[in-house]
Amino acid sequence: MSRLLPLVAEAAVSRRGGRTLVGPVDLRIDGPGITVLIGPNGAGKTSLLNLLHGTARLASGRIDWACPIEDARHAQAFVFQRPVMLRRSVVENLAYPLRIRGVPRSEAMPRAEAAAHRVGLGEMLGRHAPRLSGGEQQKLALARALIIEPDVLFLDEPCASLDGRAMREIEGILLQARGSGKRLILSTHDMGQARRLADDVLFLLRGGVHERGPAETFFTRPETPQARAFLQGDIVE
Amino acid sequence: MVDIWNGLSQAFWLMVTLDSELVEISLRSLRVTFTALLIASGIALPLAAFLAVRRFRWRRGIIALLNALMGLPPVVVGLVVYVILSRSGPLGVLGLLFTPTAMIIAQTVIIVPLIASVAHQSIRELWAEYHDLLISMNVTEGQKIRTLLWDSRRALLTAALAGFGRAIGEVGAIMIVGGNIDHATRVLTTAIALETGKGDFGLALALGFVLIGLAVAVNLSIHWLGRTERGDRW
Repeated sequence: MSRLLPLVAEAAVSRRGGRTLVGPVDLRIDGPGITVLIGPNGAGKTSLLNLLHGTARLASGRIDWACPIEDARHAQAFVFQRPVMLRRSVVENLAYPLRIRGVPRSEAMPRAEAAAHRVGLGEMLGRHAPRLSGGEQQKLALARALIIEPDVLFLDEPCASLDGRAMREIEGILLQARGSGKRLILSTHDMGQARRLADDVLFLLRGGVHERGPAETFFTRPETPQARAFLQGDIVE
Repeated sequence: MVDIWNGLSQAFWLMVTLDSELVEISLRSLRVTFTALLIASGIALPLAAFLAVRRFRWRRGIIALLNALMGLPPVVVGLVVYVILSRSGPLGVLGLLFTPTAMIIAQTVIIVPLIASVAHQSIRELWAEYHDLLISMNVTEGQKIRTLLWDSRRALLTAALAGFGRAIGEVGAIMIVGGNIDHATRVLTTAIALETGKGDFGLALALGFVLIGLAVAVNLSIHWLGRTERGDRW
């Protein structure tokens, strides 16, 4: 069981320039599994991820981890929709999170190489990371996030603009991560991906959690008309 | 035309015979400028990174000031350093006036704003790219600065080379604080000014060609060492 969880948010709100981006949100996330955030553009998926991760300022409300906030910040990682590549080689990118945590180079490099092999980048250790293809970059970003063994991993539409094969590889890595006891909190636009991965679902609409539930009940018997319409592929605003 | 031809041939002979005086002042030029460059980079590069990542009240003002100071007139810098280092000045007791150290100080003052401005520009762009990732990874301020400096090292090399170019070709300030003393503070640029004043255009031109050759050679070798424009790099 994770030392970081449960994550509890009470009436958490994120604002920017007087505009409420998301909230107030109440939620409780505990144990391993995959929480999927769905909802139309501008519903606040990215804002909620940032807020929970701590990269957006909490305007009001509370977000509590089971451990002190400083420890919590070190035991989580974030994967962006558009992967940020350090201008270094693949293996240096993977070693970076370890190096900033004070892991000596002699230990960090073998771990980085092993991580590259796990996601199928073992042949590209010395390649300049910004030169990789989109799918390879996202795999690298994912491996870089996982290398610190985070208890919680946030992913903001990790498979946007990737083709089927890259998506399948990434979903494979995600399921493996869940299998090793991590909690993944992921936003997606792809309902197929949501159905494949979700253990539980948060349906966001206009900055609030409109409906939530375990994946099987949410996808088969959505309670609100908006969620039903969204799952049918109708445009919900 | 005759003068230029004369200068070229004289430069050629001075170099192939390794004229002892030429070698001496060339080495002094390089030593003064490289020392100034080293000190200036040590100040300017961390400053540039700091200005990129840290938000504080006078940040914009400092950046604007640095940009403005890129065009600092060397003669004025020379004058101010002269006044500070002169016998009656605040640092007069150090006895630095008319020494290579005084020339290094003046050149450092001249190129710090240039290197910091150019470096800040590229570090800021890199910071915009890295910002979300580094914030998410919860790195410390010092780690941020080190990461940015390391990953923009090629752009920083360009900034340093711009500083080198300005310093090696500078004459106004080092003439004032160095005094162009033979075997003590005479460097290529001050020697050129002197020979031109004496009407010895051939020698002046020869020294000029040596200076240009030196600047080009240093730039090329640093680019070669930095492996820019090659292979899988940008």
